[in-house]
Order: sequence, then structure tokens, then C-alpha cells
Amino acid sequence: MLEIKNLVVQIEDKRILNGLDLTVNNGEVAAIMGPNGSGKSTLSYVIAGKEDYEVLDGEILLDGQNLLEMEPDQRAAAGVFLAFQYPLEIPGVASMTFLKAAMNAQRKARGDAELTMPDFIKRVNAAATQLEIPKDMLKRALNVGFSGGEKKRMEILQMALLQPTFCILDETDSGLDIDALRIVSEGVNALRSPDRSFLVITHYQRLLNHIVPDTVHVMSAGRIVKSGGKELALELEANGYADYRESEAA
Amino acid sequence: MPAVQETIDQVRLIDVDQYKYGFETEVEMEKAPKGLSEDVIRFISAKKGEPEWMLQWRLDAYKRWLTMKEPTWARVSYDKIDYNDIYYYAAPKNNPAPKSLDEVDPEILKTYEKLGIPLREQEILAGVEPRNRVAVDAVFDSVSVATTFKEELKKAGVIFMPISEAIREYPDLVRQYLGSVVPVTDNYFATLNSAVFTDGSFVYVPPGVRCPMELSTYFRINEKNTGQFERTLIIADKGSYVSYLEGCTAPKRDENQLHAAVVELIALDDAEIKYSTVQNWYPGDAEGRGGIYNFVTKRGDCRGKNSVITWTQVETGSAITWKYPSCILRGDNSRGEFYSIAVSNGMQQVDSGTKMIHLGKNTTSRIISKGIAAGRSENTYRGLVSAHRKATGARNFTNCDSLLIGNQCGAHTVPYIESKNASAVFEHEATTSKISEDQMFYCQQRGLSEEEATALIVNGFVKDVLQQLPMEFAVEAQKLISISLEGSVG
Repeated sequence: MLEIKNLVVQIEDKRILNGLDLTVNNGEVAAIMGPNGSGKSTLSYVIAGKEDYEVLDGEILLDGQNLLEMEPDQRAAAGVFLAFQYPLEIPGVASMTFLKAAMNAQRKARGDAELTMPDFIKRVNAAATQLEIPKDMLKRALNVGFSGGEKKRMEILQMALLQPTFCILDETDSGLDIDALRIVSEGVNALRSPDRSFLVITHYQRLLNHIVPDTVHVMSAGRIVKSGGKELALELEANGYADYRESEAA
Repeated sequence: MPAVQETIDQVRLIDVDQYKYGFETEVEMEKAPKGLSEDVIRFISAKKGEPEWMLQWRLDAYKRWLTMKEPTWARVSYDKIDYNDIYYYAAPKNNPAPKSLDEVDPEILKTYEKLGIPLREQEILAGVEPRNRVAVDAVFDSVSVATTFKEELKKAGVIFMPISEAIREYPDLVRQYLGSVVPVTDNYFATLNSAVFTDGSFVYVPPGVRCPMELSTYFRINEKNTGQFERTLIIADKGSYVSYLEGCTAPKRDENQLHAAVVELIALDDAEIKYSTVQNWYPGDAEGRGGIYNFVTKRGDCRGKNSVITWTQVETGSAITWKYPSCILRGDNSRGEFYSIAVSNGMQQVDSGTKMIHLGKNTTSRIISKGIAAGRSENTYRGLVSAHRKATGARNFTNCDSLLIGNQCGAHTVPYIESKNASAVFEHEATTSKISEDQMFYCQQRGLSEEEATALIVNGFVKDVLQQLPMEFAVEAQKLISISLEGSVG
């Protein structure tokens, strides 16, 4: 379970999050929607532990552990996974190499033995097949020269292999065509389970047709201003964010 | 792939700022009087039991050196070197020439054991697979203390021995080739070396022979205030092949020490020489105190047609590196290659690169240089590619990439390109990049620690060059790079 209480965050003296409260239960898929600049991506970075942000107040607890006291790699080992909106390129490092390094680093952090080569390959092949990732893509340098769709599939592949307990999808639908959106969504849905929760950040209802959320939260000016069920997303799609922008101005 | 994991493991195991070869060996030494003079040169020559021509050669070099000035064009700065404050000869007592390892001072044997350099053939044979066998010449300060597999190499006709021995045993071969690639008058440091060189390796591979194992020399500076001036000469006769590797380390000391080596390679018709270096001299501390001044002249002569010379270097040590392993492409269709990884951290200064001199027809060359700068270091690639008037069809491809870690270091690329033949095709590519905070965050988000992330990104950056090293050394080199970059982030 993820609990965020009264989170206040600034970057370079600019206040981005203003006392944000949010709870995501185990097994829950929570969607966060909101206009540009409402602080959605900041929220995902702060949960994952990116440096540039200054946390002025509040706390983030994952299953009772205080994430704010942990390094990004420790948070990852504790079960946090962020699917990036713009995945980074690592030249010269084959995707396979990267996957193995990441999986073993997390296993080591948890005190588990390293994967054997056959076991590793078996896991990768199974997950890659489901995401329609061809073998040659795994041999290429991570994300280098990948299309938008390939990059997002690679993010979900990593998610499938690392088996996190709390997954953040930061605008995973951006830059995807219909087929890629379907593949990615199916990949995510396959990972839904009672002991894994998701925070799905998106501008559009479209993604939520594929990954159906349990709860929808509207974010504006660095706070959750409205929460509801999946029907809230449809409402937003019909009416836009105009109502919430006013509250921002107020 | 397993190598990457090993790199990462290695980084984890090692404390920040630990140069693990920095220990000192207690052994009784015999030295020449401090400073440089004709008498000191006579002393060295006598110690080595050299013939008269060799002594004359040295004395001529010394006279020439006295008229020369230290070069200042490299992008490095250091306090003036007092050439009279250096010992030019230091050898463990009970030398010269131990007949077998049993006669070598056990302290010295222990040193090489600690360094992981196998000197006992039986142990090598017992310990590793036959394909990993490497013949080693171990040079301790000014003398060679042991050379392994000499007998077995002899059976194949390969001569592999300390150069001081070769001067006595094969004077004609040495005389024919010594100074034929790097002339006595070549440059300040090479001329100094010609006057005072003490030991190094000599290799001769006869026509048509493929050297049955890797050859290597391991250089160790141990004694205080002592310069190391080694001289290596490798001749690959027609149609032969040899792969040679050198490694170097030195104890941690507060004062600087001078290392001025000369390496000459000669490849005759259809011959191939691969020369790899893993240079890990003590780099000085984080504030720039101590460390080796590494002023080295390395040059290969593709003298015969279709000959090939490949230089591969992994440079992680030394306070100052001034080094340009080069190829003279004299024979038609000859080929020169230069693959380099130069890592600088702390206050290190590196000015390194290559020269590809195209003289023959249809000669080709390839330069891949990867510079990694961290800390407050300065890392310069300096290279020359030139085509002579007669070098019809000369081709070169150059790729120079620099990677910056942190924001207090510098990377510089100084390429010179000269073509006097209209048919020459020279290509040059260069990039400079930085390990971005976003890349680091991405890797950490996947569970990699800061060190692991840096190691992974750097390994990706240098991959093209590491692939050129002999397999067993590639893993070593990879570890070394990670260790050199310890504590460079965050």
C-alpha cells in the first residue's frame, strides 16, 4: 500500500506539489488525470526519488517504509517501478545486459542469489514473447534507435521482469499507435494482481479504456482535487479540465 | 555479459580511492650514483656487460640529449623535472642474471604474486587452461628478474628475452633494428631513453611462425626516486604473427617518478603484430600529489607489404601521460590500427593519441579513441593522419569519442590531417558526451547503485575498444576502468 500525506515539493523555488494526499491500496489501479503543469510527472519522479526535487513537507510510505529516506536504487529494490514517459538511451549496453544487471542488482539488494544464465534467458524470452518484442531488439543497445512504441514495450518488459509491487506509468500512452497501445495495455493488465498496485498517469481517457482503473483522481495545482471511480474519467473526457483550472486560479 | 557483472562486483568490493598496487617491496637494491653523466651511462653499460658499440650508441645519444629541449606542446603542466635528482639504475642485489626462479629474491617473487603475475611455469600449467598460457618477462626497476616459457618458445624459433640479454646473445639482430623505427635523435624523451635505457623485452619471430602463445612484459617501478627507462624491440619476420601485452604498476609515493620508455615494432612482409598495453602506473592522490610521469615513445614500422600493426591501449594510471603509439605504413597494402581507452580521474593529465603515416600504396589505418574524464582531470586526444605524395589510395577512418563525468574535468580533441595525395580518403568523427543525470536516475530507478550505473554506462562507451583486447585481458581492463572511476560520481 502506498500512502502519501501532505506532500509539499518545490523545484528551484517553484512550488509544484501543494499538500498532496493520496492512498493506493494493494491490488488497486489508480489513475491520475489533470491538465498540463498540474504536477503529475513531478509526483512520479518524487516517488521514485529523482534528485532535483526538494521535499519541504509530508511523507511517502510504501508498505510502511519511508521512501523519502531511501536512494532511488533502494526504492527500486523496495518495489517501486517507474515506466518513464521518455525512456533514456544507454549507448553500447545491450538491452539483455541491462536487464540482467538490473535484475541481479535488485536480487542482491534483497539478499537473493543471482539468476543463473538459463533461468534469466527463460524469463526474458517468456516476457518478451508476450510483449511481441523480437530477439534482435534485445541485442541492440538499450533504447538506442528504438521507435516510440519499442521504447514503451521495453519499459513494460522491465516491469514484468523486475516484478515490482508499486508501478507508476507516466503517460505511457504518449506516442503510441493503436496496436502498440493494445500490446502495452495487455502487458500491464497481465501484471495486475492482488499484491501489486498501479498509478497510471495520463491526459486521456483512451488509455483507461484498455487499463481499466479502480479509482480516478483529478490533480490540479499540485493537489488531488477530486477522486471517484472509473466513470470520473469519462466525465473529464466529456467536459475537459475547465472546472478544475478555475480552482487552480482560485 | 558476465564481464559487466564482474566489473560491477569489483566496484562494490573496493574502497573509494584505493590504488591496490601501491604497496612497496623491501629488497636490497644496488643503484648507480644519483644524476646523469657519462660515468653513469658507462656504469649502466658495464653492469649490463654490453659490447663497445652499445656504449658508444648510448654516449652519442647522451651528447645529443644535452643539446635538446624538453617539449612543451602537450596539454599538460608539471613542475620542471630535475634530471640530476633521479637514479637511472636500480637493481635488486645478487643480480645480474638469476639462473632460475629459485635464485630470485623471494620478496620480488612475492611482489609479482601479489600483483597476480604468474612467474612459475608449472603453476601456470597446472592452474589454467592451455589456451590462456602467457609467457611473461618481469622487469623490476632497471632489470628483468624472470622470463617464463623461454625454452618452449625457443622450440618454435621465437626469441623472447630481456633486451640486455639479447644485446649480448643476438648482437647482429639488435644492431640491425634498434633505433631503426625511433631514431636516437627522435625526441627529448626517446633520446634520453637511448642513453640510459636499462631493460625491457626483445622479441624476434622468425619467418612464417605464428607465435604459440601471448607474450607479455610486466613492468614494476619499486625503488624511490628512480626512473624507469625500458626499451622494447619486437621484430616480426615475413609472414609471422605475434601478440604482445604489457602491464605496469608502481607503489604509492608522494613524489613524482619518471618513466620514459621506447618501444619499436617492425613488421616485415605479410607479418602482423598486436601490441596491447594496460597502463596502471600510480596516478597520484586526489590532490595531485605523487604519481608517475609517463613520457613514452611507441612506434611501429609496417616495413613490409601487407603487414599489419595494431596498438591497443587501456590507460588508467600515471599523473601525466604523454604517449602516441604510431604506425609508419611503409609497405604497400599495409595496415595500422590504434584502439585506445584513456581514463583520467582526480588530477590526472592525459595527452595521448596516435600518428598514422601513410607512405606506401593502398595503405589503410583505423583509429578508435575513447577518452573518459572524471574528477578534475584533463584528457586530450592528439592525433596525426598523413598521406605522403606516393601514398596512392591511402584510407583512414578516425573516431574519437569523449565522455565527461562530473563538471570539473575537461576533454579535448586535437586532430591533424595532412594529405599530399589527391586519392587519399580520410574520415574523422568525434563526439563529446556526458553521463547525464537522467541516465543515472534511469539506471538507479531500475535498482543499480550509482557505481553500478556508472560502470555499466562506461562499459557501453568503451565496448568497441575492449573487444580488441585479448579475451583474458579485456576482463582485467574492464575492472581497471571501473576502479579508476571509483568515487567519480556524486
